[in-house]
Amino acid sequence: MTKPSQIEQFNVQAVNKDGAKKLFAAAKKIYPKRVDGKFRQLKWLIMTVTLAIYYITPWLRWDRGELAPDQAVLVDLANRRFYFFFIEIWPQEFFYVAGLLIMAGIGLFLVTSVWGRAWCGYTCPQTVWVDLFLVIERAIEGDRNARMKLDKASWDFKKLRMKVTKHIIWLLVAISTGGAWIFYFADAPSLLVSFFTLNAPFVAYSTVAVLTATTYIFGGFMRDQVCTYMCPWPRIQAAMLDEESLVVTYNDYRGEPRTAHRKKHANDDGSQTPMGDCIDCNKCVVVCPMGIDIRDGQQMECITCALCIDACDSVMEKVGKPKGLISYATLKEYDKAAAGQPVENSVPILFRPRTLIYSGIWCLVGLSMLFVLATRSRLDVNVLHDRNPLMVQLSDGSVRNGYIVKVLNMEPKKHTGYISFKGLPKGYMRIEQEGAELIKNGEKYKLLLEPDVLRELKIYVTMPQGFLPQSDQTFKFVAEIPASEEYHETSTKFHVKKN
Amino acid sequence: MTKRPIDDVTGTETTGHEWDGIRELDTPMPRWWLITFYITIAWSIVYCVLYPAIPLLKTNTQGTLGYSSRGELDKSLQKAREAQTGLRDKIKSGTLASIMADPQLFSFAKAGGKAAFKVNCVQCHGSGAEGSVGNPNLNDDDWLWGGKLEDIHQTIKHGARYEQDDDTRLSDMPAFGKDELLDKNQIEQVADYVLSLSKGKADASSSGAQIFAEQCASCHGKTGTGDRSVGAPPLNDQIWLYGGDKKTVMESIHNSRKAVMPAWAHRLDAETIKQLAIYVHSLGGGEK
Repeated sequence: MTKPSQIEQFNVQAVNKDGAKKLFAAAKKIYPKRVDGKFRQLKWLIMTVTLAIYYITPWLRWDRGELAPDQAVLVDLANRRFYFFFIEIWPQEFFYVAGLLIMAGIGLFLVTSVWGRAWCGYTCPQTVWVDLFLVIERAIEGDRNARMKLDKASWDFKKLRMKVTKHIIWLLVAISTGGAWIFYFADAPSLLVSFFTLNAPFVAYSTVAVLTATTYIFGGFMRDQVCTYMCPWPRIQAAMLDEESLVVTYNDYRGEPRTAHRKKHANDDGSQTPMGDCIDCNKCVVVCPMGIDIRDGQQMECITCALCIDACDSVMEKVGKPKGLISYATLKEYDKAAAGQPVENSVPILFRPRTLIYSGIWCLVGLSMLFVLATRSRLDVNVLHDRNPLMVQLSDGSVRNGYIVKVLNMEPKKHTGYISFKGLPKGYMRIEQEGAELIKNGEKYKLLLEPDVLRELKIYVTMPQGFLPQSDQTFKFVAEIPASEEYHETSTKFHVKKN
Repeated sequence: MTKRPIDDVTGTETTGHEWDGIRELDTPMPRWWLITFYITIAWSIVYCVLYPAIPLLKTNTQGTLGYSSRGELDKSLQKAREAQTGLRDKIKSGTLASIMADPQLFSFAKAGGKAAFKVNCVQCHGSGAEGSVGNPNLNDDDWLWGGKLEDIHQTIKHGARYEQDDDTRLSDMPAFGKDELLDKNQIEQVADYVLSLSKGKADASSSGAQIFAEQCASCHGKTGTGDRSVGAPPLNDQIWLYGGDKKTVMESIHNSRKAVMPAWAHRLDAETIKQLAIYVHSLGGGEK
């Protein structure tokens, strides 16, 4: 009979035992520790620059003359104009914005294929604002350990004071973030005054309210959850990575086997168990704003902010080992280094078919937009032929067609323009708004064009009997501004039959 | 409960589905996501109580707020009407000339006329006022009763051959064939002459010309220029209300034509009629 003590005992539990698995997991609060190093420096710099761009841009002025707003960057939704320094865009020119978005998309692909998730780690507003919120949090509650202690402590006056102060400052940052946004859509100085005198439009307050809420919640509470669960970019960017994209890599061939108890590893017989460079201090884990362990390998959660590189480098320096146990490396470099082969310079990864194609498309879109922008006309003519009736027969047998002609003076200047038509010899037109005057084919009729305004004209074109074309005839409306050498013609049709 | 397979690498349960060796992890969702889901459920319940939501057999639940999209439309229509009262009052009290002189009033009247035209006039005159057989095209420069704004206004107000209205436009061409004033031969001759007038090749010595001078010229004019005071259309132009072929012209002479337009003064208010007149006048054929 076997004694109970002789039976081997296993400390194990079925993983799908009731209560062991949850369908829904509470988010674990992350307390990122402060770290310093070259990547942290770079991140401070990028954070300063991007925040400065965001807050300062609407306050830049740009002189466009007295007839147009002097704000350098302005999205004037009420008047449907978009101003960007020397560029003014009308709604029908919105394709420039579409082009910019295409460039941004392809630029992101390019950056991702070369530098991995650099967008996520350095420039994404979520990253930048979480960094900003963490600065505030650290300044008030202290670094990681102090914050954890404070959260565990029972509520007293000191804890209450710290928490209230933190949330008030967070809210102030959130309000100024939402507040800065609205200045892109109206004259910033006057909106600022009307905002605080409660005279601003309701939409200004509601926009600030919504953006304040999102900034406060995303920056203060949701943080890593936004990146992991809400944002589609990590998934897309992960698909953009290949074996030649730079990613934050734990060089396990160097670090493993990791151990924190280096002295104990001297065996009884005096020999040493092999030890990797990793001293398992977990510093890379505690500095991570996503709360992950980079030593587990490439992960979807990793935003490649490189703070773990800074952390590990500082430790390696202290223990007298070479830096770069955690480093930016491509999968290819990692494989080579792991196999003990020399790793070449990582510059050539810039030039490979994939990046060249991205750069090519990017440049093509950019150059064609520049070309269109440089050669675009600031005068336009839109012609709408009357659809019902297509043509009207008059009592003397002549045929009349009606058109709505829109002359667009897209410059913030008053102009004297001319409207005419060509291609219908013996035809004549009458502009309803200008009275009974009959204007012959090729004859120029003077029009006063108000600055930055579309002028709509109802024009009747008549062809006398005897000169009627056999079938529908194409002809052109011409608008010109001699002073600025602008010339624009638009083709349309003259219908001689009812259908 | 059957045990679900565990993924070796992550230690996470899989859904048990497999595609070409790829298995789907059943990673737990974040709890805030679940809470958000519960909030949307709570929201939908509150919404169902406050707003019309659940379809019943004949109607639907009305909601405690008493909201309806029809009511919303009524409100915005009411608002629009209130916003227009100033302009409508001006049109009501103003003369046609004063409306034409005020650009804002003119464009409002034109738009209002266009809308009223689409409701009341398109059935006969067509949606583009292009007319049809027996219903005049209002875009052209041919007007039976005159193309000045006042003339058009008068026609719309009192109609044509509309017996219930004492001021209606009244023209009565005899039915030369039916009433046996002319025989078939004579009708053919005068029809030939009328068509030659339109082509500008009238032969004054023809027998048709003689009949025309006796029977038609009193209203249609010696040279077929027509007479707007009696609604007699010009016959020397290119526009034919019923068609310009010989058969149709003979038919017109034989039977006469008695198209009727209702008097709108009995159906529409004064400002709508003014707006209609301004709209029709603006279609390209209006006379000064």
